[in-house]
Amino acid sequence: MGGSQPSQVSYTLESSLDSVNRVEQTAEEMARKAGLEEEEIYRVAMAVREAAVNAVLHGNSYDPEKQITASFEQTADSLVIRIADQGKGLNPETLPDPLAPENLLRGSGRGIFLIRSFMDEVHFRQLQPGTELTLIKHLGTARSAI
Amino acid sequence: MSMKIKTRQVDGITIMDCSGRITLGEGSVQLRDAVRDLLSKGSKQILLNLGDVTYIDSSGIGELVSAFTTVRNQGGDLKLLNLTKKVHDLLQITKLYTVFDVKDDEASAVASFARA
Repeated sequence: MGGSQPSQVSYTLESSLDSVNRVEQTAEEMARKAGLEEEEIYRVAMAVREAAVNAVLHGNSYDPEKQITASFEQTADSLVIRIADQGKGLNPETLPDPLAPENLLRGSGRGIFLIRSFMDEVHFRQLQPGTELTLIKHLGTARSAI
Repeated sequence: MSMKIKTRQVDGITIMDCSGRITLGEGSVQLRDAVRDLLSKGSKQILLNLGDVTYIDSSGIGELVSAFTTVRNQGGDLKLLNLTKKVHDLLQITKLYTVFDVKDDEASAVASFARA
C-alpha cells in the first residue's frame, strides 16, 4: 500500500475476538501507511474495531457457522473499510440514542455512536442475510507523501 | 497487552490500579469481577486509577458505567483517577464525563471520599 495507487485487501474470518483484533490491527496499519496522524490512526482503528465487534457479537452472535468479511481499500482520497456479518440484520434507525439522559447509564449501546463520531462517513447496507457497514475516512491535507 | 489490576488500601479507600486495555474479551470481564469481589468483601469506596490504561473501547466504557451503577446501588461510590487523554476524550464524547466524579490527584481523591 504505497503512493497514490489504489490498493485493497479483504479477509473472511471466523466469528471470534481474535478476528476482531486482527481487523483492528489491519485498520491501524492501513491508517498508518496512509500517513494519518496518531490521533486519527487511533480513531480509525477504534471505529473499525467497534464495527468488527458488532459483526461478531451482535451480528453473528459468535456463531461458528457464520463468518465476517472485512475489506480495506485505500483510494486516491479515502480509506474505505467494509465489515459484513451474516446475522439477522441491523436497522440503525432503531438504535437508542446513547446520549439521551435515560440511556447515559446503560452498559452498552455506544459502538455505532463511536463509529459515527470517529469516521467521516458511515453507511449501512442490508445483506441477505446480514449487514455491511462501510466506514470512510477522507485523507486530508495532513496526509504525508508516501 | 491484557489488563492488569492491583488493589491497595489508602485511608479506608480501595484504589484499583488498572493497566493495559479495557476492551471486550480482555479487561471488561476482569474489571467486572474485581469490582464484584471488592463489593462482596465490603469495600464500597473505590477509586479506579486509569492512568496506565492504554486503550478502552465501547465495551470498556460500558463496564465502567456498570461498575459505577453497581457500586452506587450498594451504597458505595466509585470515582475515576488519572484519565489519559484518550479516555478523557471518550468520556467527553459519550457525555459520561459529568456522570463520573473524575480526579487527577490521588490524595485529594481519597480525601473526597472521606468527606462524603
